[in-house]
Amino acid sequence: MIRLEAIRREFQVGGEPVHALNGVSLTVERGEYLSIMGPSGSGKSTLLHIIGLLDRPTAGRYWLAGRNVTGLSDQERALIRREKIGFVFQLFHLVPRLTAAQNIELPLTLDGLPPEKRTDRVQSILAAYGLAARARHLPNQLSGGERQRVAIARAAVTRPEILLADEPTGNLDRASGREVIELLERLNHEGLTLILVTHDPELGSRARCRLQMRDGCLLADGEAR
Amino acid sequence: MRATDILRFALQALRGYPVRSWLVLLAMAIGVAAVVLLTALGEGARHYVTGKFASLGSHLLIILPGRSETTGGHPPILGETPRDLTLDDAFALLRSPRIERVAPVVLGSAPASWQRREREVTVIGSTSAFRRVRHLDLAEGDFLPIMEPRSAPAICVLGATVRAELFGPERALGQWVRLGDRRYRVIGVLTPQGQSIGLDLDEVVIIPVTSAQALFDSPSLFRVLAEAKTREDIASAAADVREIIRHRHEGEEDVTVITQDAVIATLDRIFQALTLAVGGIAAISLVVAGILIMNVMLVSVSERRQEIGLLKALGASGGKIQVMFLTEAALLSLTGAFLGLGLGLLGVWTGRELYPVLPLAPPPWALVGALAVGLGAGLVFGVLPARRAASLDPVQALAGR
Ligand SMILES: Nc1ncnc2c1ncn2[C@@H]1O[C@H](COP(=O)(O)OP(=O)(O)O)[C@@H](O)[C@H]1O
Ligand SMILES: [Mg+2]
Repeated sequence: MIRLEAIRREFQVGGEPVHALNGVSLTVERGEYLSIMGPSGSGKSTLLHIIGLLDRPTAGRYWLAGRNVTGLSDQERALIRREKIGFVFQLFHLVPRLTAAQNIELPLTLDGLPPEKRTDRVQSILAAYGLAARARHLPNQLSGGERQRVAIARAAVTRPEILLADEPTGNLDRASGREVIELLERLNHEGLTLILVTHDPELGSRARCRLQMRDGCLLADGEAR
Repeated sequence: MRATDILRFALQALRGYPVRSWLVLLAMAIGVAAVVLLTALGEGARHYVTGKFASLGSHLLIILPGRSETTGGHPPILGETPRDLTLDDAFALLRSPRIERVAPVVLGSAPASWQRREREVTVIGSTSAFRRVRHLDLAEGDFLPIMEPRSAPAICVLGATVRAELFGPERALGQWVRLGDRRYRVIGVLTPQGQSIGLDLDEVVIIPVTSAQALFDSPSLFRVLAEAKTREDIASAAADVREIIRHRHEGEEDVTVITQDAVIATLDRIFQALTLAVGGIAAISLVVAGILIMNVMLVSVSERRQEIGLLKALGASGGKIQVMFLTEAALLSLTGAFLGLGLGLLGVWTGRELYPVLPLAPPPWALVGALAVGLGAGLVFGVLPARRAASLDPVQALAGR
């Protein structure tokens, strides 16, 4: 499903190159549940952004579902993000002026789905995630756990193949964090490929496949290749 | 993304910043309203003035003694003084088959009195044709009768104000009014005519032309009014007039012929240019409104970086984000422009109610132009912010950087 080969990512900071990723190679099978752990600044988010086609590697090659996506144009990358990839962020990133339902509807709207179909799908996912009573609430009227569940619903409503979660519990208390993780795992059970970035070893250890990152390199803990 | 969804999204975004959106709407609305109002004013003035000239009479030619140098031609030969226009000159014009009637005009002022009341009046000496040429209506009695032009009966027709001030509620018809050292019997009174290009016809006393020549002791005419048979005849009638006068004045074409058409056409051009200039100046405010839209959109883009990053993460391409932000700018300018159109038309309507004399009417090109320039400015100045939004790096934008 995902194959990275010697991926490097450099940033220029005041003329000095910063190596966020130092030749990362990685294969992730379809339906995998992968956790990436490691200290802050080790390159976890950068890796996730590259996998999610939000960022481009400085060097290396990337195949997604058998297709070389290394040199694609912005437009082609946007299309793949829309069709195949869902993101869940630490800071939720809900649009503040839109209700929970409208936030979940947003990717379907971007897809150009007809309104009736959108409403159906939004309603059923709201019900499935226990958010039906919150449909008309604005993000600032929701608890942290509810916001993240809305964000997950938004990522899942387009039925992507890959779900990328960057510290999804980082801003939550333990109980809501557990709810969020259980929701993500449920999606994984339904067949989604799940990549979870966290620095919480307890959460990370729940994954079938666990990777450690240090200074832009994957450590051979688990199935790193 | 569907067009209706893009619109709704833009609308929701604009409602998210109501104060800012209203300010921009206001700026655009004021600009459009200014264009509408100012061009309406210009058009109103144009209609008012040309209308006044048209009301002088149809197919009118005005013949003045002396050659006007404004049309170029030879510089005057030293020592040459223009010949006076005489009654014979005036009636000679009737030889032209294109001239329907001729009204010689003598003008002067004299004290007018009846019993103990006295006031200064403008005295016009003319013939019965004057009434037809100037489209005068009578409130009482008759106008100067058709008669042998050189007879000088002591009769007069009073302007409305003169009648009111000399006679008050008393009967004027048949009374004898004193003008200078002569007395004239009142045979008619004009209806109120109002100001008409430099001459207040309510303040005049009209007497037969020969009587006026005697009163002012001068054979020369102030001018001659002639009426062409049809509108198409005006130009050739003017040529005939010059030809006849040259013949009578030993080869000197020492008169100026003003056709009403030419005057109206010139005024028309002047006022149209004026309207255009005023409208153009007002249109600058539309460009200012466009710049304001750009400013507001730039602020909006930088405040909504995270939202833009999210949209990109959700799979919106740069092009789509550009369209979304451009739609916001277009919505702002379009709404503002229509708001301004409404305001402007309301202003025009109010102006018409308050000053019915001035036919305020915004020209259609100004309405279309104001809308187009407003919308255009919004779009042109919306491109930069929209491009900026589209080109944001998604990772940086999500981080709010
Ligand atoms: N836009 C950037 N500009 C410069 N340096 C960056 C940028 N993004 C990340 N980095 C650097 O790359 C390294 C990895 O960052 P990141 O992937 O965010 O780490 P993590 O998510 O594991 O905390 C860090 O040293 C960070 O400072
Ligand atoms: Mg991180």
